[in-house]
Amino acid sequence: MAEENVVRTRGVKKVFIMGNVALEALKGINLEIKRGEYISIMGPSGSGKSTLFNMIGGLDKPTEGKVYIDEVDVAQLDAYELAWLRCRKIGYIFQTFNLIPVMTALENVTLPMTFAGISTDESIDKGVRLLTMVGLGDRIQHKPIELSGGQQQRVAVARALANDPAIVLADEPTGNLDLKTGKEIIDLLRKMNKEKEVTIISATHDLKMLDVSDRVFWIRDGKVERVERRADLDLNIGTVEGE
Amino acid sequence: MTHQKEKIGKQVVLPLSKAVEISVKSIKTRLGRSMITASGIVLAIAFLMSIFMSGSINKALLEKGSAEVRVQLQNIGGEEQVKQIWLVVLSLLVCVVGIANAMLMSVTERYKEIGTMKCLGALDRFVIKLFLLESGFMGLFGSIAGALLGGFLITIVSSINYGLEVITKFPIVGFLYYFVIAVILGTVLSIVGAIYPAYTAARMVPADAMRSEI
Ligand SMILES: Nc1ncnc2c1ncn2[C@@H]1O[C@H](COP(=O)(O)OP(=O)(O)OP(=O)(O)O)[C@@H](O)[C@H]1O
Ligand SMILES: [Mg+2]
Repeated sequence: MAEENVVRTRGVKKVFIMGNVALEALKGINLEIKRGEYISIMGPSGSGKSTLFNMIGGLDKPTEGKVYIDEVDVAQLDAYELAWLRCRKIGYIFQTFNLIPVMTALENVTLPMTFAGISTDESIDKGVRLLTMVGLGDRIQHKPIELSGGQQQRVAVARALANDPAIVLADEPTGNLDLKTGKEIIDLLRKMNKEKEVTIISATHDLKMLDVSDRVFWIRDGKVERVERRADLDLNIGTVEGE
Repeated sequence: MTHQKEKIGKQVVLPLSKAVEISVKSIKTRLGRSMITASGIVLAIAFLMSIFMSGSINKALLEKGSAEVRVQLQNIGGEEQVKQIWLVVLSLLVCVVGIANAMLMSVTERYKEIGTMKCLGALDRFVIKLFLLESGFMGLFGSIAGALLGGFLITIVSSINYGLEVITKFPIVGFLYYFVIAVILGTVLSIVGAIYPAYTAARMVPADAMRSEI
């Protein structure tokens, strides 16, 4: 069970064409992620983290190579299956929160459940439960503008978990938050990872993320430079901080 | 709780009642903007309605009005009407283009929101549904307001020209008939104007939609 690959990529390349210039953002990414792992993708700005995030999440298509989710080739899915995958299998968290501004916290959390065909009553019950779990039980009727950045990101975490996804993909979830709030979001993700056995894959610059990650993929110039397990990391962090 | 390896399914839904709820919410939240968009329809439909009703009132007066008013009316030529139809068509066209323009802007403004919806599992046709409903509702409310406004104004103007007979002989059946036509026309045209913008919104690749910095 623990040996199952929930995400696997084979030679994923992405080339962006802008006028006459072709920019190779990903240069052949091979990675395997096991069910229930907490993975961080680290790398400097422009190294291709968000591009990889989009490929794994089925939000964009690779120019070359394959992405497998639960050993299914994402490129083979039709529009309905792809929507289903985004709705049920993967939860997304973004740096800029991306809540729907005209909806309340609760409505934001119940929207993916509506798409999944869950009844209104059931989705409201579950939405309230999820919002309570992320510590916003008293804010369910607030609109995003009426919430702080940290609170908005909590709503986004609750929304990502709405349909009990197998994978939560996060692109710099703490990028717009201060140290303390960022730490709270990381702890929340870790808790979900432990309690619900959700696989968490998070692109980040945030060194706080390293403490909780099972493995870290270091990306540079569109390639995986090295992969480290947490055991190895503890030694290296000392040197990172000592530099 | 453990996650079983689960087969990829196909079923994602957006019930009409939910879609209506979301689009109405969207109109209400951006009320100022929605009213400006709808004002184009209000004016065009008011114009259309005033032309319809002026014909209807004149006809009623010709049939049932006093001799004095009938003489007054018979002096009006039929040539005038052709010009008026042309003006109505023109104003309705301008209105459709105005709607298309406003909806396109609203799509651009909401790239991120649309991208987010797609990440949550929305199909292209959910996005189309939401935009068409939103425009349809603005068209519906706008044309109701416009038809009432146009009917009211032309009644006042006719009363000034022909006296209070206009009120006593008011063609209420004609009014209801043209009211329904004007409202249906306004709603349909608003939906037509939103087709291209809605289609543009729906086609977007989520990754591109999320990148746009607005
Ligand atoms: N849609 C696009 N069109 C053109 N170039 C793109 C596009 N998306 C990404 N790129 C380019 O691909 C490279 C990788 O970008 P990406 O956003 O993946 O970096 P990142 O690692 O997420 O950086 P950051 O940490 O700043 O978010 C960059 O050079 C970027 O300019
Ligand atoms: Mg990025």
